[in-house]
Amino acid sequence: MVTVPVVAVGRASLAFVGEMGAMLIFLLLGMRHMCSSTKQLQRVLRQVHVIGAGSFFLIALIGLFTGMVLGLQGYYTLTRYGSVGMLGSAVALTLIRELGPVLTAIMVTGRAGSAMAAEIGVMRISDQIDALEVMDINPYAYLVSPRITACLFVFPLLTAVFNVVGILGGYLTGVQLLGVNQGVYFYSIESSVVFADVAGTFIKSVFFALTVVTVCCYKGFFANLRQDGMGPAAVGNATTSAVVLSCVLLLLVDYVITSVLL
Amino acid sequence: MTITTQVWDIALEGLTAGYGPKVVLENISTVLPGGKISMVLGGSGCGKSTLLRQIIGLSAPMEGKVLLGGNDFFAMKDAEFRRMRRRMGVLFQDGALLGSLTVGENIALPLREHTHLKEAEVQEIVLHKLSLVGLAHTTALYPSQLSGGMRKRAGLARALVTDPPILLCDEPTSGLDPISAAQMDALLLEMRERFPSMTIVCVSHDMESVKAIADHVLVLHEKQVIFQGSLHNLQETTKPYLLQFLARAPMREEEQGASYPLSEATRAHMHRELELQ
Ligand SMILES: Nc1ncnc2c1ncn2[C@@H]1O[C@H](COP(=O)(O)OP(=O)(O)OP(=O)(O)O)[C@@H](O)[C@H]1O
Ligand SMILES: [Mg+2]
Repeated sequence: MVTVPVVAVGRASLAFVGEMGAMLIFLLLGMRHMCSSTKQLQRVLRQVHVIGAGSFFLIALIGLFTGMVLGLQGYYTLTRYGSVGMLGSAVALTLIRELGPVLTAIMVTGRAGSAMAAEIGVMRISDQIDALEVMDINPYAYLVSPRITACLFVFPLLTAVFNVVGILGGYLTGVQLLGVNQGVYFYSIESSVVFADVAGTFIKSVFFALTVVTVCCYKGFFANLRQDGMGPAAVGNATTSAVVLSCVLLLLVDYVITSVLL
Repeated sequence: MTITTQVWDIALEGLTAGYGPKVVLENISTVLPGGKISMVLGGSGCGKSTLLRQIIGLSAPMEGKVLLGGNDFFAMKDAEFRRMRRRMGVLFQDGALLGSLTVGENIALPLREHTHLKEAEVQEIVLHKLSLVGLAHTTALYPSQLSGGMRKRAGLARALVTDPPILLCDEPTSGLDPISAAQMDALLLEMRERFPSMTIVCVSHDMESVKAIADHVLVLHEKQVIFQGSLHNLQETTKPYLLQFLARAPMREEEQGASYPLSEATRAHMHRELELQ
């Protein structure tokens, strides 16, 4: 039949839109309990430790190498046009406006988001979430809300770390290795980066935080409803699809925010 | 101190339950009397855990009602539904302790969430409940460091921690050695002594423990209740399936479903491959 591919595309799109809607509701349910009790604070701190402190060195390392590569690439591109003086500005703007928030979010997804999906997924298939419900402990309040709050703090902070370390990386290659004037490097940063750029980096990281935490918690939370596997296989598939979908949505959200901010 | 004297009967009216389109229990009507120990019996996979999930409100019935103390559980307002939930202690089939908390923290969780007890009081209660199930030495261990039977006993301690008027246990004695199983039975009897209004429902296929503690017995078979009544009545029964169940006799061949013979050639080949010959 000629209609078969059309039907398949239609089904898939409907399923996708439906899932996005379900995730939005999931996020709202989670946000409702963000400040519901003083006990949340302890759980949030724990999650900040797991997601944030645990990712710190990874982010710093990735930031350093990203900045170094940018310094290198920027130097050789800019020398062609005789404008090496703009190196600092090129590195800083690329990091602050785009690479900082995006790469931070992708690294945190790989490191903490996958763990989130797997942990919640295991809790689902071993009846632990049911047990919470029966004890009248709201699983959204217990599992999802603290992670949302933690991510809202952690993403902007890690993004800031990424940006700063990245600019230092650019300094290392550009100034120390390739001999750009140190004063020129930092002056071009200072003269080109405006407040809107810095605000943009934080706005992006907040939206990325919401995207990642929602997708990862949602996939784990409903691991038992998957069609593509049962038990441990379902948790594995949930984790995979959490990471993949997070990364895809991140870039989509990134495009939308960038086009609004510009 | 006042102990609530309300006795919670659990009544099922025309209950049909299952997963997706699959019906596991069909049009069941029965009463699990309050203040007694009811045992739900039945073969593996006949829907005992499914029945329990309906009573604790984890999935809504496809049809029919679950009545707790005469009130429709699924028609209750949210606040009332949650209050009802707090009156229940549930032991899941494999314990369902939270893996990221220690045993002590697991048992303390309902107290920490729902009460303003002092930390010392919480510890006192936790130690007491754990000692009831013989696990006082495991407070600092994680569930993954316990054996299956210990997890089950810790799960019972968690179910008991709030002295709930309704206690539901999914196979409390399976996977336990005979001594621990007998202890588990003794513990349930002790609960009934100490809290005469406590309604206890246990799923089990352990005839020994049924004989030891059951006041009321319910037998499920092929989506239906095929027996309800006292243990005494069960032993007098003449229904063939029940007799088999009691006598631990195997099913007759025609009841077992399709049978597939194994050819000599295939068996011999398998043994050669496995180097058994
Ligand atoms: N999540 C599920 N989705 C679909 N079918 C299920 C699900 N859980 C159980 N079933 C089916 O429902 C039936 C009853 O399962 P249930 O777990 O209630 O059995 P049980 O009586 O508790 O068995 P056991 O004594 O082995 O614990 C089984 O046939 C099982 O295949
Ligand atoms: Mg079962």
